[in-house]
Amino acid sequence: MNDVAPAALTAASYKSDYKPIWCPGCGDFTVLSAITKAFAILQLQPHQVGVVSGIGCSSRIPAYTTCYGFHGVHGRALAAGTGLKVARPDLTVLVAGGDGDGFSIGGNHFMHACRRNVDLTYVVMDNHVYGMTKGQASPTTEPDWDNKLAPGGTGISSYQPLVIALAAGASFVARAFSGDPNGCAEIIAQGIRHPGFSFIQVLSPCVTFRPEQREWKTMVRPAPVEPTDDTSVAARRILTDDGFNTGVLFSRTRTPYPHYRSGTGKRTVADLEAEFQL
Amino acid sequence: MTKAQEPKAPETMEEFMAFALAMEREAVDRYTDFADTMETHNNREVAAMFRKMAGYEAKHAEQIMAEMGWTATTRLPVVKLDWPGFEAPETVSFDEVHYLMRPYHALQLALAAEERAERFFAELARITTSDSVRRAAQEMQAEEAEHAQMVKEWLAKVPAPDRNWAEDPDPPQNPD
Repeated sequence: MNDVAPAALTAASYKSDYKPIWCPGCGDFTVLSAITKAFAILQLQPHQVGVVSGIGCSSRIPAYTTCYGFHGVHGRALAAGTGLKVARPDLTVLVAGGDGDGFSIGGNHFMHACRRNVDLTYVVMDNHVYGMTKGQASPTTEPDWDNKLAPGGTGISSYQPLVIALAAGASFVARAFSGDPNGCAEIIAQGIRHPGFSFIQVLSPCVTFRPEQREWKTMVRPAPVEPTDDTSVAARRILTDDGFNTGVLFSRTRTPYPHYRSGTGKRTVADLEAEFQL
Repeated sequence: MTKAQEPKAPETMEEFMAFALAMEREAVDRYTDFADTMETHNNREVAAMFRKMAGYEAKHAEQIMAEMGWTATTRLPVVKLDWPGFEAPETVSFDEVHYLMRPYHALQLALAAEERAERFFAELARITTSDSVRRAAQEMQAEEAEHAQMVKEWLAKVPAPDRNWAEDPDPPQNPD
């Protein structure tokens, strides 16, 4: 038990010297912790990981890691992440962002990333609000959320990201909670291991604009089910839950795009010829 | 918290100490995050207090390492960290801080954390089947009780904040 081993990478190995400027109490702190813990679980070398984001509070994450990072254009994180993964299949690419960035401005990219199944892990820190721009309703905001910018609520049905992901063909669909950073880390690690596009919705409270979300920690619970690879079972499960079941809700093996995986990160001339063959 | 379940007691001393070490380290990480964020938000008094808490917990972690003869390169026993809640009992929940909080609040959080840790070790001592783990858990329980007492004494010396401590003349919630 006490034998000496090379010092393993810990979560701290993936945290940069830049300190997050999120509001104290923000769920994104523990998502950052969960992401770095997931990298440590998998013992990924920081230089073999690319963290890509869009715009928003949560999209600041790349700067807070020691991995390669790209803080991109609003809603375009998945497009940039896809480009990176296709060009450098040897890298682990984690795309991060919020519900506004991912489901509104980047909504179209989200659907097609699910469909395309490039080997990316997409972590969406969902707080049902645009926090960075002072609390406007986002796609996942409840229709009756009464606030100064939408008195009486928007009256618009909430976007259901897990349902959309499943319908669009995502091969790994999960939900986690930022208040459970260890559980969240395990799910993110599973998502990274999954060959293909993995989508993880992380419920991450915004204590500034949605202080009532502090109650989420009393509402969230592990889904009392095993992951399924049956789309119809998963659809029923996701459509009927209350949005607070966590865990891997759907996982199926589907060949990732591009349809070759050399594993070496290098494409041979033969690969390219095959790709361009008419 | 809906995850709450009875903790599973480690059955060997090494597992138990790995458990205790993980608990201290998680507390260090959380207090450090809090100290950093309070510094960022220019709440220096509370930042210094959280930094101090992180230092205390780091010292406890070092004591465990020294007691077990563990070093940074030791392969620690792999234990499943089955906490009674989502996080280790000594870890303050991420959402319990506020940018305008006062040292009094920070101490209240620390006291609650120490008391949770005390109850956790008491429970482990109750359910373990190993005599050595029971003795160690009881020792830890006594230590946590001592820490809680120290925080209480500290708290008694710190003025309670006035009722309007969270009032911000320029709150973030006011859209332009």
